[in-house]
Amino acid sequence: MKTILYIIQKEFKQIFRNKGMLPIIFILPLLQLVILSNAATFEVKNIKFGYIDNDRTSTSRALVEKFNASTYFDVLTDFPSEALASSEMLKGKVDIILEIPHYFERDLQKEKHNNLGITINAIDGAAAGVENVYVTQVIQHFNQHLKVDLVQVSDQQVQPITIETIPLFWYNKTLNYKTFMVPGILVLLVTMITLFLSGMNIVREKEIGTLEQINVTPIKKSQFIIGKLFPFWVIGMGLLTVGLLLARLIFNVPMIGSLSLMYLYTSIYILVILGIGLFISNFTDTQQQAMFIAWFFKVIFILMSGLFTPIESMPKWAQIFTEFNPIKYFVEVMRMVMLKGSGFTDILPQLLKTLLYAVVMNGLAVWSYKKTN
Amino acid sequence: MSNEKVIQVEGLTKMFGDFTAVNDITFEVNKGEIFGFLGANGAGKTTAMKMLIGISKPTSGKAKVAGFDVFKHAEDIKKNIGYMSQKFALYDDLTVKENITFFGGIYGLPRKRIKEKSNVLIEELGLEQVANKLVGSLPLGWKQKLSFSVSLLHDPKIVFLDEPTGGVDPITRRQFWEMIYKAANNGTTVFVTTHYMDEAEYCDRVSIMVNGKIEALDTPKKLKEQFKVANMNDVFLKLARG
Repeated sequence: MKTILYIIQKEFKQIFRNKGMLPIIFILPLLQLVILSNAATFEVKNIKFGYIDNDRTSTSRALVEKFNASTYFDVLTDFPSEALASSEMLKGKVDIILEIPHYFERDLQKEKHNNLGITINAIDGAAAGVENVYVTQVIQHFNQHLKVDLVQVSDQQVQPITIETIPLFWYNKTLNYKTFMVPGILVLLVTMITLFLSGMNIVREKEIGTLEQINVTPIKKSQFIIGKLFPFWVIGMGLLTVGLLLARLIFNVPMIGSLSLMYLYTSIYILVILGIGLFISNFTDTQQQAMFIAWFFKVIFILMSGLFTPIESMPKWAQIFTEFNPIKYFVEVMRMVMLKGSGFTDILPQLLKTLLYAVVMNGLAVWSYKKTN
Repeated sequence: MSNEKVIQVEGLTKMFGDFTAVNDITFEVNKGEIFGFLGANGAGKTTAMKMLIGISKPTSGKAKVAGFDVFKHAEDIKKNIGYMSQKFALYDDLTVKENITFFGGIYGLPRKRIKEKSNVLIEELGLEQVANKLVGSLPLGWKQKLSFSVSLLHDPKIVFLDEPTGGVDPITRRQFWEMIYKAANNGTTVFVTTHYMDEAEYCDRVSIMVNGKIEALDTPKKLKEQFKVANMNDVFLKLARG
């Protein structure tokens, strides 16, 4: 036990003496939280909207006016020809082109069908999908009003019954994406810092030769590893604390569930990440190798964590794969506890899986750390 | 010097794939002896030493260090030996005092004893002025002396020194060897590798390794007689050239 204290003391001294690392550990993550939470939005806004009005009637102008009234569209220009509109889209100066055909008003009044041409730049498929929904909504809305306007003369008409859905958004009533993203990004920060620090730490001692000196001492493997990892565990918990404070103060993200439950889960979660980091550093000889391997896992873990894309829409094999992703569990728990107020029994499955993961990873890490080659 | 054997090696071999780094070496080291372990670069000295200090598993053979078997009780060996590697291996970003405290702590010395030891040690090395300076800022010669003292911190039975005076000026080398003599007088066995043949003359006994094998082992005096040359340098050249 005393031996462990000596190692912990030494690690903390080295961490706080390293003037290059301190800002990386404490300031960069918080900057990231502030920047990413504000920037990483799924909302599609400021859509560059262009149109070709071949009809030039009051109806066609009214339709364009509908788009103009929407806050999502920046109505840019009235293109004189389709060719010009296409070339502008090629240049990326316009996202959507609406083409209003000849005799648009006349055909509508005669209740003939008429087709509006919509061209959407779909390089970003997700954004194009959202834009398509917006456009359709605007046009449908326009269409309903138009029907009423044009049909009111003949009062014999039976009014169609329209079914309207009124969605209720639970847990995030205003669909504020920050409420959704901040807990997730907090997960990333805690993970990233603890993974990189632990992954690089032991391999650094390998590089400078001090690990050999440690290996000729009678220190027990477990003592050394606990002493080495404990400081990073403390740093991880510290980051969580600061992150939660920022989430509350800057982003006004609620903390509906129990704070102590959040800490309990995180304390186990960080053990998983430290185990992975240590495992990596046991199999690498240089910090550079360790860094690349850590990045490899981190990118896969993040993209398959449900943070940016829902796990439910992944292919079956990928969903099975995410069962082995610790970040997935942390994102789930963080969102459940912070936004939904889930209790201990609600997160028990995630808690148990994470605990098992921690035992396995740290077991592997201790096993693969060899004092004798 | 007594007849107690603190290192007993018999047919020790280390292979890396097809390459035999250490080929069937056999020797013994007495308690309190200064044992010089010579050889050209790549002759297998460091590999042999790593097996004896328990950080490299031998492929075959037998070896006992401080009475413990290198195969079965490597961790017990580690309690009884000190080691100073070729590469400086104290923490550059810790101070002189912090390094001493850390390694003392790792070897399980009580706090009080660490304090006493570090005061004595700093005084002996004349490092009072820099005791609270980072080790990284010290000149190499000072670092090496500190490193040697740290390896003796827990009063080991045997201390292994791997080229301790590489890149060090002649005056510091002289002081270094005075420290080695002092340790040997206190009953510590010193197992040292070196490239400096004048240093070989200071050893009680010397072994010379060529291509993984021990080709000669005796006192410097007898070796010179055996090869009919005037100094150890010529002994080494005769052997190493084949």
